[in-house]
Amino acid sequence: MAAYVVRRLILMVALLFVLTAAVFVLFTLLPGDPARLTCGKACSAQTIEANRHRLGYDQPILTQYEEFLSGLFVGRTFSADSPEPIVCNAPCLGYSFTRHEQVLTLIAKAAPTTFWLAIGAFIMWIITGISLGIFAALNHGHWPDRLVMGISLVGYSLPSFFIGLVLIFFVVIKWSWLPFPSYVSPFDNPFQFLQTMILPWIVLAVLNTAFYMRLTRNQVLETLNEDYVRTARAKGLPERTVVVKHALRAGLTPLVTAAGMDLAYLLGGAIITESIFNLPGLGALAVSSVLESDLPLITGITLVTSTVIIVANLVVDLLYAVIDPRVRLA
Amino acid sequence: MTTPGRPAEHPFLEIKDLGVAFPTEDGLVRAVEGVSLSIERGRTLAIVGESGSGKSVTAQAIMGLIDRKIATVTGEIWLDGQELIGLPADDLQALRGAQVAMIFQDPMSSLHPFYRVGDQITEAINAHRSIRAKAARAMALEMLRRVGIPAPERRIDDYPHQLSGGMRQRVMIAMALINAPKMLIADEPTTALDVTVQAQILELITSLQDEFGITVIMITHDLGIVADVADDVAVMYGGRIVEVAPTGVLYAQPEMPYTLGLLSSIPRMDRELSVRLEPIPGNPPSPIHLPLGCVFQPRCMYSDRVAGGACLSVRPDLLATAAGHLVRCHLPAEERRQISQGVLNVLAGGS
Repeated sequence: MAAYVVRRLILMVALLFVLTAAVFVLFTLLPGDPARLTCGKACSAQTIEANRHRLGYDQPILTQYEEFLSGLFVGRTFSADSPEPIVCNAPCLGYSFTRHEQVLTLIAKAAPTTFWLAIGAFIMWIITGISLGIFAALNHGHWPDRLVMGISLVGYSLPSFFIGLVLIFFVVIKWSWLPFPSYVSPFDNPFQFLQTMILPWIVLAVLNTAFYMRLTRNQVLETLNEDYVRTARAKGLPERTVVVKHALRAGLTPLVTAAGMDLAYLLGGAIITESIFNLPGLGALAVSSVLESDLPLITGITLVTSTVIIVANLVVDLLYAVIDPRVRLA
Repeated sequence: MTTPGRPAEHPFLEIKDLGVAFPTEDGLVRAVEGVSLSIERGRTLAIVGESGSGKSVTAQAIMGLIDRKIATVTGEIWLDGQELIGLPADDLQALRGAQVAMIFQDPMSSLHPFYRVGDQITEAINAHRSIRAKAARAMALEMLRRVGIPAPERRIDDYPHQLSGGMRQRVMIAMALINAPKMLIADEPTTALDVTVQAQILELITSLQDEFGITVIMITHDLGIVADVADDVAVMYGGRIVEVAPTGVLYAQPEMPYTLGLLSSIPRMDRELSVRLEPIPGNPPSPIHLPLGCVFQPRCMYSDRVAGGACLSVRPDLLATAAGHLVRCHLPAEERRQISQGVLNVLAGGS
C-alpha cells in the first residue's frame, strides 16, 4: 500500500509537469502579444520591448518554462535589473502583470469562496440525492419512485444558468426575500454569508442531486437483487439490517468515486454559478484571466485545480481500498 | 382454512396446493401451481427440474422469502405443525435461519464481499439470540472446523474472495447450520463447483445431516447427484410436480415421460457407449402462456397415445400409482410402465 501511494505520487508529479508544459505551449501558440497587453493604448514600442524583457517574454519558451519550474521550488525575482525588483518566494506560481499581484495571492484570495461554494453544495446534494435515491429504490415501481425519478428528470434537464437566473429574478428581485448576493467570509458575517450562498448552493446542488438520485436508486436496486442480500434475509436478519448493512453498504460504495471526483471538479471553480452570483471564486478568476490573456494566472490556476483533481483521484482510490476489501492496491 | 388442532402424527414439512404467481406487464407468471409435498423428519427430498420449473420458487416460499409486494402466495405450508403462509413477517424472520436454513448455488455471490466470513457467521447467531461476541466467535470457529475448513482460526478472519469455491460453500453451510436448524434447503449447492469439490460438499451435507438430524430439501437439475443423497425425489415441470417417488423407484420405474426424458439425458457409466444421450426436444413452456392441457404435452412424444386428445385439453392430476409413487400423466399406468421399461432397456444397452 505504501509503495502504491509513493508510485501514485511520483506519477502525479510527472502528470503535473506535462500539464503545465501543455498550458505553456498552448498559450504561446495563441495569437496576441502578452507584452503588448501589459500597457495601455498609448504605448510606445520601447515600453513594450522593455516590458517584454522585464516579463521574460524575450526568452525562448523552454527557458521561460524552466524559470517557471524553478520558481515553484526556489522562488524567483521578476525584473531583477530594474530599480524595483519583484520577489516571488517559493512556491512561486508566477506574477500577474495585468493585476500586479502574485498568482498565488490571487488564487489564495479566490479559493475560500470556491471552497465554501463547493462544500455547501456538495453536502446538500449528497444528503438529498442519496436519501431520495434510497427512498425511490425501496419503493421501486410505486408512486414515490416515479415521483422522485420525475423530479430527477426535471432537475437534470435544467441548465444551471437558467435555474440561477430564475432564482435571482424571483427570490432576490421580485419577492426580495434575500439581498442581492455579495460574498463575505463566513467568519466575518455568517448570516450574510448564508444569505449569499444559499442560492448558488441550490443551483449547483440541483443538477447533482438529480444525478445522485438516479445513481443511488439504480445502485441500491441492483444490490437489493444480489445473492448476498438474499442470504442476509435467509439468515433471519431484520429487514432494516438487510437493507442498511448489506444492501446499502455495497450499493453506495461506488458513489464514493463519483462523489470524490465531482467535489474535486467543483473545487476547481464553478464558472457559470460564480459568474451569475458574482462570487469572486476560482471559476470567475479563471474566466477573467483567460479574457485578459493573463498567462501566469492561467498557468497557476490550471496547476492548482489539476493538482486538486489528481489528489482527489488518489484519495478516492485509497478510500475505495479501505471500504472494499476486494480492492488490492499494488 | 387453518385448523388449530392438527393430528400429532404429521409429516415434518407438508405443503398443500402451493401456488406462487407474479403479476407482470406481460401477464400473470404462474411460477408454481398446485404443489403438494410432504417430508418426514430427518429425510432428504430432492426436487429436480430444469430452470424455470418452479423448484427454487418453492424453496423460497418455504423460507418465506417471496416478496408479498410483488407476488401472491396461496396454499398451505406446515412446518412441524406450524402454518407458514400468512404468518406475520416478524415470525417468519424469526423462523428463517433458526428453524429453516438455506444455502445457495453460487457461494461467491451469496457471501457478502465486504465482511469477514467469521463476522457473517456470528451475525447469523446474533440474529436469533443474545450472546457475547467472544462466545459467538468461538461457536463460529467450532462450526468452521466441523464443516472441514483447515486452520479455521486463520480462515475466520478471511474475506470471501480469499477462499476457494469449495471453502466458500463450506462457510455457507457453517452459517446455515450455526443455529442448529431443523431443516436445510440446499438450492443447487454444487452447481457452481468443480466436480471433485461437488462430491465433497454433498458428502459433507449428508454427514452433517446424520449428525444433526436435519431434514434436507435438495434442489437440483442434476439427476446424477440425486441418487447419492436423496430418499425421495419430486420432479417438477412447468411450475408443478409431475412425479414423486422414492429414489430407487424413480430410477428403476419412472412413469412420467418427462422423468424418463431426464433419465435418458444423463450420461451413465453402466451404459453402452453406443447408446446416444437423448435430449428432450423443445423448450420449457412460458409460465405466462402455459399449455391448456398437460404442461408437458408439447414436448411429450407419447401424448397421441391418449384417447380423445385429453393431453391437449385436460390438466392431469397427480395420482398415486403405487405406495409413495405419484404421477401426473393421462397415460394408463400399464402403458406408462411399458414405455418406461422399453426406454430403460434401450438405455442399458439391452434389446
